[in-house]
Amino acid sequence: MKTCLVVDDSGVVRKIARRILEEMGFEITEAEDGEKALEVCKTAMPDAVLLDWNMPVMDGYEFLGNLRRLPGGDVPKVVFCTTENDMDHISRALHAGANEYIMKPFDKDIVAAKFQEVGLIELSEPTSV
Amino acid sequence: MTPPDYEYLRKLLKDHSGLDLSADKQYLIESRLLPLSRKSGLAGISELVQKMKAGSPSLITQVVEAMTTNETFFFRDKVPFDHFRDSIMPEIIKARAARKSIRIWCAAGSTGQEPYSLAMCLKEMSAALAGWRVEIIATDLSQEVLEKSKAGVYSQFEVQRGLPIQLLVKHFKQNGELWQISPEIRAMVQHRQLNLLHDFSQLGTFDVIFCRNVLIYFDQDTKINIFGRLAKTMEADGFLVLGAAETVVGLTDVFKPFPDKRGLYRPSGARTAPAAPAMPKIAAMAGR
Repeated sequence: MKTCLVVDDSGVVRKIARRILEEMGFEITEAEDGEKALEVCKTAMPDAVLLDWNMPVMDGYEFLGNLRRLPGGDVPKVVFCTTENDMDHISRALHAGANEYIMKPFDKDIVAAKFQEVGLIELSEPTSV
Repeated sequence: MTPPDYEYLRKLLKDHSGLDLSADKQYLIESRLLPLSRKSGLAGISELVQKMKAGSPSLITQVVEAMTTNETFFFRDKVPFDHFRDSIMPEIIKARAARKSIRIWCAAGSTGQEPYSLAMCLKEMSAALAGWRVEIIATDLSQEVLEKSKAGVYSQFEVQRGLPIQLLVKHFKQNGELWQISPEIRAMVQHRQLNLLHDFSQLGTFDVIFCRNVLIYFDQDTKINIFGRLAKTMEADGFLVLGAAETVVGLTDVFKPFPDKRGLYRPSGARTAPAAPAMPKIAAMAGR
């Protein structure tokens, strides 16, 4: 089973994301800020990270930089999931090594599309009308 | 919605657009037409039907457009675009090396996501296509939909369904909550209003036709007729791309499938195609 670390300071968002990702077959761990997320990664590197930007203690951007410097830290696919929806933030995130970027609000279709994009899940059956 | 209302709408849609609703599509009508009723200040479907029966060509046009507008998103189903990049284009670039021109038709271009997805694919191949003339023609039944396509402006939700973030950064400009595709990509796509039930031979001959998720609405005879005319408007070594839930198999032998590539077809050279559009009677509909 693939693992996904959900990093967001909002318990509600983590719960929604957990429900969507569990349905897609992921085993979920949660962290409420970047520092706690980094601890999780040092113990067991996840396959995917769904990452908020603005969080107390350590934000998502700083976490990403630290993650990519860890041994094996280049492996997880990192998908930002944030209300920061301007081109400047998106460009910075990609430059820092993010694989995809979700602009909140999000839903199941968007998460599935983005996870598909980075190869975390198989193509679903093509949609009909 | 009363059964007579449903029957009236079914028949009207069939006559005007070829849309062939089965007996159980009340939910589809309600989901598409209730917003339109509200917009027109009407209480519901029954009032809408009454007003249409009383004679309102503009309302009929709006109803047909609301019912025939498909859900669409960038790189929908992904696989057809992989085929386009990895199989179709390499073969065509080889086959047209002398002529250096490619014509592509999106026969249900809708709000632009499909033609612009193809344009972005082609942009990535611009080195191989230097000096080539590449045309993408997007047609749709609905003028309103074509206007949206021309503008190339999409909501945050729309740009997140199927569009890789790298391509968003590369080809879009943000304007508040909205995202507009670059003038360069927009300029690669020409737009024309077209009803597939009518003659489309004036569009010329194409190397590639994307005709996805539109024939599904038509009855069998109309499908066969359209396939016949599509085959005539294609190069013998051209490619037809259909939607995931569509096929020619069991309907016509003017196209043959690629066994290893789902959704991809090529003219077979068989000549069973009818000569004329299927339903001349719909010429009664103004402006179409």
